[in-house]
Amino acid sequence: MDMPRPNQWVIDKKPLLVERLLSVLPADAVIHDPDETRAYECDALTAYKCPPLLAVLPSSTEEVAEVLKICSEEGVPVVPRGSGTSLAGGAMPTADAVILGVSKLNQVLETDYDNRFIRVQSGRTNLSVTGAVEENGFFYAPDPSSQLACAIAGNVGMNSGGAHCLKYGVTTNNLLGVKMVLMSGEIVEIGGAHLDSAGLDLLGVICGSEGQLGVVTEATLRIIHKPLGARPVLIAFDDNAVAGACVADIIRSGVLPVAIEFMDKLCIEATENFSGAGYPDAQALLIVEVEGSEAEIDEQLSKIEKIAQKHNPIEFRQSNSAEESALIWLGRKSAFGAMGQINDYMCLDGTIPVSQLPFVLGRIEALSKKFGLPVGNVFHAGDGNMHPLILFDANKDGDLEKCEAMGAEILKLCVEVGGCLTGEHGVGIEKRDLMDTQYSDLDLEAQLNVKDVFDPNWLLNPSKVFPLAATESRRQ
Amino acid sequence: MITTEAELAEVVRSANGPLRIQGGGTRAALGAATEGAPLSTVGLSEISIYEPEALTLVTKAGTPLAEVEQALSDAGQMLFFEPPDYRKLLGSKGTPTIGSVAACNLSGPRRVAQGAARDAMLGVRFVDGRGDVISNGGRVMKNVTGYDLVKLMAGSYGTLGVLTEVSFKTLPKPEDTATLVLHRLNDEAGVRALIGAMGSPNDVTGAAYDAQKQEAYIRIEGFKVSIKYRSAALKTLFSKSEQSFLSAKASSTLWKQIRDVAPLAKQKGDVWRISTKPTDAPDLVATLHRSMNIQALYDWSGGLIWLLTPEGADIREKLKSFDGHATLIRGKRDGRPVFHPQSAIVEKMSQGLREKFDPKGLFNPGIMG
Repeated sequence: MDMPRPNQWVIDKKPLLVERLLSVLPADAVIHDPDETRAYECDALTAYKCPPLLAVLPSSTEEVAEVLKICSEEGVPVVPRGSGTSLAGGAMPTADAVILGVSKLNQVLETDYDNRFIRVQSGRTNLSVTGAVEENGFFYAPDPSSQLACAIAGNVGMNSGGAHCLKYGVTTNNLLGVKMVLMSGEIVEIGGAHLDSAGLDLLGVICGSEGQLGVVTEATLRIIHKPLGARPVLIAFDDNAVAGACVADIIRSGVLPVAIEFMDKLCIEATENFSGAGYPDAQALLIVEVEGSEAEIDEQLSKIEKIAQKHNPIEFRQSNSAEESALIWLGRKSAFGAMGQINDYMCLDGTIPVSQLPFVLGRIEALSKKFGLPVGNVFHAGDGNMHPLILFDANKDGDLEKCEAMGAEILKLCVEVGGCLTGEHGVGIEKRDLMDTQYSDLDLEAQLNVKDVFDPNWLLNPSKVFPLAATESRRQ
Repeated sequence: MITTEAELAEVVRSANGPLRIQGGGTRAALGAATEGAPLSTVGLSEISIYEPEALTLVTKAGTPLAEVEQALSDAGQMLFFEPPDYRKLLGSKGTPTIGSVAACNLSGPRRVAQGAARDAMLGVRFVDGRGDVISNGGRVMKNVTGYDLVKLMAGSYGTLGVLTEVSFKTLPKPEDTATLVLHRLNDEAGVRALIGAMGSPNDVTGAAYDAQKQEAYIRIEGFKVSIKYRSAALKTLFSKSEQSFLSAKASSTLWKQIRDVAPLAKQKGDVWRISTKPTDAPDLVATLHRSMNIQALYDWSGGLIWLLTPEGADIREKLKSFDGHATLIRGKRDGRPVFHPQSAIVEKMSQGLREKFDPKGLFNPGIMG
């Protein structure tokens, strides 16, 4: 993965920069010892590493503003960082960049059940947002798998999704407002506890801009009352395509499950060995979860069963207790860990139109044979967001490159059938150079124009999202 | 008539003065007054792709809204944000198009539960001020590839580009629907009831209060078994209030009227739309009541207030600062900004975006103030 060559004149400025930052931040909030900056050398895309010039951990919006003002004046690139769980390299630094971590900004500022929102500082973790309101029966809906660790700042930056988006939407559908600092150091408030924008929907373009437009320090999030109950069923098939057809039929029937998860044979076996969830021996497995009162759940599940039976499943397993429900989810939730036990893996994130599911699964299988690398598929089938996991051996020469090449082929396939490169992980550095398979030069230029308005000098997270060649003249 | 995107792009490229973008013309009165040669999208009329099993529909911008809704209805689906019909409210005639729904980000009662037009929009194609065709987003529900210009285009009133195609997330139409009506509640108690309903686990999809009738309306939708269960739960929740119950047909009629602001539409006066925190809504209305004769219709749990005011009244001056914004929907502009003035920095960003997308200032100049 290419990264731009760091500017030596910026690196040479380090002593001056440290001095200036120490004038606005406490000593423990400016990390400049090379032994310590190493902690920020990568995010969850660990294949690529580079320690930053230094890292800062401000404790208030005002401190963030001071930091950005100084970096702006000194011409130093800044890479914002939530909890560093990005799978796309969104928080990966360059040697001439300052990492701005929001981990100290972790307070709940306001909870309002009548108006159904919570206002938090952006370093707060996703799960602890729900943690702050669940006693009152409420929750925050987007639930990325990293929710225990990932920060709201990163969720807003990447417009994170999760398993339950089919019903509740992704971050952008649950974000009401932000307080944000521009690279110039100006503080701007957008949106709030009310709905819709008074003018252009700036909030809509900020969400998912991968930390390139500003540093979000506070977020106002919609909270929802928890459903009365939820219950999953497990449906096993001896054919991927049949499972795909069953998903289509469920959706067409008018039932709207909160989640429809799909696992293929490789994943079923891996998770079974890893977690002992008691999954049947099958080619494909669906976990379908519905919500509501007991009567409503029964009604929806009986409709789903009727549809599933038409596709001759090997097994249709109802859950009769909370324990059985947990067991059904156990394998799915440990899928990534289980695959990691087999070998190193690369997790892709392309989305496809649901109708293309059988075709794409077939093509992935063919690519797997061509490249000689096994692929497991585990994904959100209801919304077409695939997560092919390509297994490779990082210690074997050329395997990573082969895996990257195969990953690129799969993502191109997603675009070719009418889908996209990334459904919830973001572009970061990982998919940056594939952007031109989905977007024309003009399409990309329109997006670059947005960054020009918010960050005219291209100092915020500059080498992400767009092909380097497309942004070179702007980055100087 | 322009019938292709390429033709439309050519018209924009060769334009030497302002253009006034038009669909069916039924919402031409929205936004500030704008001048320019009419640029119609009605020739771009076709549902390009509809995949019910994927819950997605792609349609050209000039397609009549009714045609889109019919196609969806035939497959048992709908646009969940309930696009309103403002013909009576604005006194206009013609055929509303899907493009103007998107360009104005217009949503009805279900917005409070399931999201706005902007939340349903998955992708756009548009012609920018240079005459270049730009595509963003796509036709899948989860897509974080690059910046989300789809949201930016939603509600931009054409000022960033002329929409040529929009893709939407659709949802199944509910099998059944019903509305619990709570009678003889004042504004405060009415909005309190809406808040209670929205904060309950009953999946309420409509929460409105008509101040003239002193009635609160709480809608539930879903399978018959759900309606039965949840209507019982809501009746118990509000057992202290005088209640009545509307079944499917009467309920549908009622919510169409609320969606289209029918209770205020035929009366003389200006119409404003306030977006605020539900708990603040009754106080805002009371404040205005003290100095002018108004009528209020609350939707979105109280977070949306439709107001009928005397002609020429400036409600922003009376309300001073509040959490939210007020938009003038009907009435002579008379120097009153249509859109709520925003902070200097937000205005600066917005203006900066317009200059980037439409450097010559061709599209609907001044429509957003």
